[in-house]
Amino acid sequence: MFPAILTTVSVWAIPFLLLVIPVYGFFRQVPVYEAFVEGAEEGFITAVKIIPFLVGMLVAIAVFRSSGAMDLLIQAFQPLLTLIGAPAEVLPLAIMRPLSGSGSLGLATELMKYYGPDSMIGRMASVMQGTTDTTFFVLTVYFGSVGIKKSRYALITGLSADVAGLLASIYICNLLFNSL
Amino acid sequence: MLNIIWMGMLATGILVAAFNGNIEVITPAALDAARQAVEVCFDLVGIMALWLGIMKIAEKGGLIQSIARLLKPLMRRLFPSIPPDHPAMGAIILNLSANMLGLGNAATPFGMKAMQEMQKLNQQKDEASTAMCTFLALNTSCITLIPATIIGVRVSFGSSNPTEIVGACIFATLCATIVAISLDYWFRTHSPWREKR
Repeated sequence: MFPAILTTVSVWAIPFLLLVIPVYGFFRQVPVYEAFVEGAEEGFITAVKIIPFLVGMLVAIAVFRSSGAMDLLIQAFQPLLTLIGAPAEVLPLAIMRPLSGSGSLGLATELMKYYGPDSMIGRMASVMQGTTDTTFFVLTVYFGSVGIKKSRYALITGLSADVAGLLASIYICNLLFNSL
Repeated sequence: MLNIIWMGMLATGILVAAFNGNIEVITPAALDAARQAVEVCFDLVGIMALWLGIMKIAEKGGLIQSIARLLKPLMRRLFPSIPPDHPAMGAIILNLSANMLGLGNAATPFGMKAMQEMQKLNQQKDEASTAMCTFLALNTSCITLIPATIIGVRVSFGSSNPTEIVGACIFATLCATIVAISLDYWFRTHSPWREKR
């Protein structure tokens, strides 16, 4: 019931916004088309402005991953995760999640293909993937779009929240799905 | 912070590859990633133009400001440095709502709009303001009501109950959000990074 409502909401949300906002603007005497074009131009410029920031970040992550340095990091964390009741198979996903959205989605997909979506590993992968956002991507793109180069404590906060989200995912999956 | 991590990833990556004797993987990985980054941005161009266009209409009609007024009590606590009726507040609310609904496409442009508005209030243009840090903390840990992509993946692998993970996701994101808000609060009030102005 609840998921059905949520799915309906997500299907209707965008058409709803595309209808309501221009109609609302029209009745508030906004020159809607001119306003749209003006905003769209800003959108275009912003998207282009992000490019250098994203190139820098994605290259560093790709080098780190392809060299095998990521695997070393995973091996270092292995005993810690076993201790808190997570299967070792989900560890690469946990480490990849804050770094790369497409990378972690790829890993989650592989885990589900191999172990099945209804296995403990499959469920844990689903929850981990559905829980936190890609902190590095958001930081790069959002700060990059306005030319911010010094991020102060934003990265520490974001990564700590990711760790909390991952630990919570492990805990709740063990609690909810272990008996099934 | 970001400087160290960025250089660290590059340096350890290259050293590990050299040590393992597979230095040849570095060049294609780096070049591929650079090309991919531009592709990602190009994918964003159309979507960004569409949503920021729509946003502009909403802004000129006063809708964004009305939304901001609606959630004033909560937003004032989270973002004390932003005037309550500032358009930044409206954009932040729209971004977070889009995130909650799993509308990643709409969320990113709203987020950029929020950043642009906050940048107008920012004193040091190359350094993140306190409000920006709070926004980022909320954004990366934001409660997702509909993890649409992962439900899709579960369906495609024949899960018997693709949406059974929704409750667990909400619980886990709630934990992440609480940690993010608390930590951000501590940073902006007690840490050496707190606002000196």
